[in-house]
Amino acid sequence: MAKQYETVIGLEVHVELATRTKIFCGCSTRFGAKPNTQTCPVCAGFPGALPVLNKKVLEYALSAGLALNCEVNRYSRFDRKNYFYPDNPQNYQISQLYLPICHDGWVEIDTGAGKKKIRIHEIHMEEDAGKLIHDEWGECSLVDFNRSGVPLIEIVSEPDMRSADEVIAYLEKLRDILQYLKVSDCKLQEGSMRADVNLSVREVGSETFGVRTEMKNLNSFKAIAHAVEGERERQIELLEEGKAVLQETRRWDENKESSRPMRSKEDAKDYRYFPDPDLPPVTVSEEWLNKLRESRPMLREERKQVFAEQYGLTEYDASVLTASVHMAALFEETAKRCGNGRRAAAWLMGEAMRLMKEDGLEPSELSLSPENLARLIRLEEEGRITPHSAKRVFAAMVREGADPDHYIEENGLAVVRDEAALEEAVRQVLAANPGSVEEFRGGKEKVFSFLMGQVMRQMKGKADAGQVREMLQAHLGQTEKKL
Amino acid sequence: MEIWEMTALALGQSIRAGKISSEEAVKACLERAKQVETDVHAFVHLDGERAIQAARAADRGIREGRYDSPLAGVPVAVKDNLCTEGMPTTCCSRILEQFVPPYTAEAVKRLTDAGAVILGKTNMDEFAMGSTTETSCFGPTKNPWDVSRAPGGSSGGSCAAVAAGECAAALGSDTGGSIRQPASWCGVTGIKPTYGAVSRYGLIAYGSSLDQVGPIGRDTADCAALLGLLVGRDPKDATSAVPGAHQSMDSFLKYAPTSSETGEAGGEVAARGLRVGIPEAFLGEGTEPGVQAAIREAAERLKAMGATVEPCSLGLEEYVIPAYYVIASAEASSNLERFDGVKYGFRADQEESDLHGMYKRSRSQGFGPEVKRRILLGTFVLSAGYYDAYYLKALKVRALVRQAFDRVFERYDVLLAPAAPSTAVPLGESLADPLKMYLGDIDTVAVNLAGLPGLSLPWGLDGQGLPVGLQLMGNRFREDLVFRAAFACEAARGPWKEVWKREGGISDGKTV
Repeated sequence: MAKQYETVIGLEVHVELATRTKIFCGCSTRFGAKPNTQTCPVCAGFPGALPVLNKKVLEYALSAGLALNCEVNRYSRFDRKNYFYPDNPQNYQISQLYLPICHDGWVEIDTGAGKKKIRIHEIHMEEDAGKLIHDEWGECSLVDFNRSGVPLIEIVSEPDMRSADEVIAYLEKLRDILQYLKVSDCKLQEGSMRADVNLSVREVGSETFGVRTEMKNLNSFKAIAHAVEGERERQIELLEEGKAVLQETRRWDENKESSRPMRSKEDAKDYRYFPDPDLPPVTVSEEWLNKLRESRPMLREERKQVFAEQYGLTEYDASVLTASVHMAALFEETAKRCGNGRRAAAWLMGEAMRLMKEDGLEPSELSLSPENLARLIRLEEEGRITPHSAKRVFAAMVREGADPDHYIEENGLAVVRDEAALEEAVRQVLAANPGSVEEFRGGKEKVFSFLMGQVMRQMKGKADAGQVREMLQAHLGQTEKKL
Repeated sequence: MEIWEMTALALGQSIRAGKISSEEAVKACLERAKQVETDVHAFVHLDGERAIQAARAADRGIREGRYDSPLAGVPVAVKDNLCTEGMPTTCCSRILEQFVPPYTAEAVKRLTDAGAVILGKTNMDEFAMGSTTETSCFGPTKNPWDVSRAPGGSSGGSCAAVAAGECAAALGSDTGGSIRQPASWCGVTGIKPTYGAVSRYGLIAYGSSLDQVGPIGRDTADCAALLGLLVGRDPKDATSAVPGAHQSMDSFLKYAPTSSETGEAGGEVAARGLRVGIPEAFLGEGTEPGVQAAIREAAERLKAMGATVEPCSLGLEEYVIPAYYVIASAEASSNLERFDGVKYGFRADQEESDLHGMYKRSRSQGFGPEVKRRILLGTFVLSAGYYDAYYLKALKVRALVRQAFDRVFERYDVLLAPAAPSTAVPLGESLADPLKMYLGDIDTVAVNLAGLPGLSLPWGLDGQGLPVGLQLMGNRFREDLVFRAAFACEAARGPWKEVWKREGGISDGKTV
């Protein structure tokens, strides 16, 4: 009988913190600027320049640590990790090895078999490196230091995961927490969340771990899931053939759905870590920690519960709306303003998501103000706009940032409440269609909707349907009596 | 008296009074440099035209009342490891040849903000690694007292320039004695301030936890005035001390001699009640008799003026040199990694196209032997398996040295000791024996390990006519007491006879 194998997975997750400025200087962290326009002597590693810690970075790292149930090192330090590479202007990276800011935490994930705790070994702060751009035509490499010095935290898990599903569940959980804390936007495509997968396999029942590999270059959840499956199979195959798994770093190629070993550094890695003498030790006071604990924003689970209880949403709706912190905030702000949570949810889960899909937008890119949406819902409730027009207004709000009142006025979309005008329209329609009136009287009720349509057309679609129905019925009755 | 002979404070006063312009002062120094530079070689970059322009700007500023500092318009020289925007800054290393920084070091900026005029950049041991200014890629500086001898180092260019009258004052840096030892050998006054007192921003690092920028002048008052301009919190340097720790120029100059109180009479005010400790081990075997005699003589004079003087002991003397070289080299090995041929400075011709080949060739050709030796040493002590045995152990020694000083400073205001076990050595002698050169730092490195202030001032001449200095060490942020003791020593010593007042002056040095 074939051997049964178990996959053992631990993750190193790098998260770019959403600070406005870099970790050790005042340069902007904005993504996508022209190369080397967001640099200074500090982040470009010039001689004589010195790092000064951005306090916001420490605050974000602590917030993350507290939300991930970590212990905080009240006395922490930065260390230099020495290695030569051109994306790293000092040829050392300022990181934390000996006394990281947080350690020994956990998160709970949902798995097919119920809830499971994944332990967190440590969280440390560090600076990101620059970006190398290889110019194949010019036979040279160029360096962009805009990313150099962008703050990162690295969240190192214990080897507690056993499948790709668990890995994805863990990453989604981390992303939810960090997004709700507003410490990172966690965009895998832009590299603001990056995961390295440490994986080994062992026979079911074995107490010892197998030899593990580290997989890099995983840019999406899909790639991570593929890499976990691929690496598991590769290692099992090796073991089945009686070969050894080598401890190495491998690079995943999502297009080929396979990995290959990364070019090994010429010498064995010895980073010669030592405390950075340019940065004094970091001390964290109990008062500060308490303040952070008290001011922690609601996380997804709590938010879901509030949405269900306070705004009467179904669990499903609450779950969909809280999948993105931006959507959740938009919903809550709107619901607070208009007092109609269900209507707000209907708009966001219906039209908003349809338009986002059409335009290829992320929730964070949706420019819709809760004030405008609340106003639209109010106008709808008051019957001052027809559902058909409301959709037009909504699209204009999303795509053009239109103000609902202005847009309705400019485009003449307001429901006409003028009874005299409506009565006149009804009279004209009935007078112009004596045959239809005859048929209706003869019991052909279908004709009523035809007459409704005629009145609406006469009113250019701006009449309230209920009002039209009422008046039409009244007039048809009257004609009957008269006749 | 020639303009270039004046002290910085006297010159500043004359400039403020309108008797001399900054332009005249700068031109006098440039003229003086022209006469002596071929013998001394204190400068590695001297841009007369630029200095004159700056002096004219300073003169305008002074007329418009923009400066309230006593040193406005005064020409100063800057050690070549302090960044100066638009002016080459090379650390006297081939690897930084033609490097022109895009920004100015905070210490230099504080001087120019006070109206001082930068004359140029002075010679130094490559990356401040050395004790004689002979490891400079531009060739050695020579001691103005005897041009066949070394000026000391690594701030040898700055000290020699001040001693030879090429500038009124200068900036140096001190990691293990690099201000105090050359000041002692060149017969000038220099102070390494408390770690954190002066911003390191823009100082190209050697040993970051030890480096401090400090002033070099002809006397204690000049150093006190300059340091008063330099100290203070700098938000760009996380290791600069919190506001409140710093003292003012007034406190530094409190015991400066006034015209009515000169000589011993004035010195007695400073000396009276001063508690002076003499760490006996600093006078031990290996210290030249002439140096020992100077310390004992100074001690007697201070006692006679009303100070209490006692022998004391720090212990740990045999550990400070190894601890210093482990820590400084470890930090240097990392600090100097950025010089790789990629971004600035020297890149070797590319015979090999691969990256690591380029690194190796650039660094092999760009660094001199002493720098390589320390990079290797530092790399070794930080390597896996050796970190605990060397680096961590050195940090423990450092903590113990601090504690030992803390204990001693409960009983003494200052410690009096030599700044070097010998006077100036002949050129070439120390390069032949690096270990001996390292051991020469015995009198200075403890202060750096503990982050304390240390001042060196000239006391007299030895049997060969070479200057002998005194070192005064103080507690953290007690530069005021160090200066007080220095003023007392100056008063006890009497007026210093500058090298140019000696018969024959500089050029005669060879025959002394």
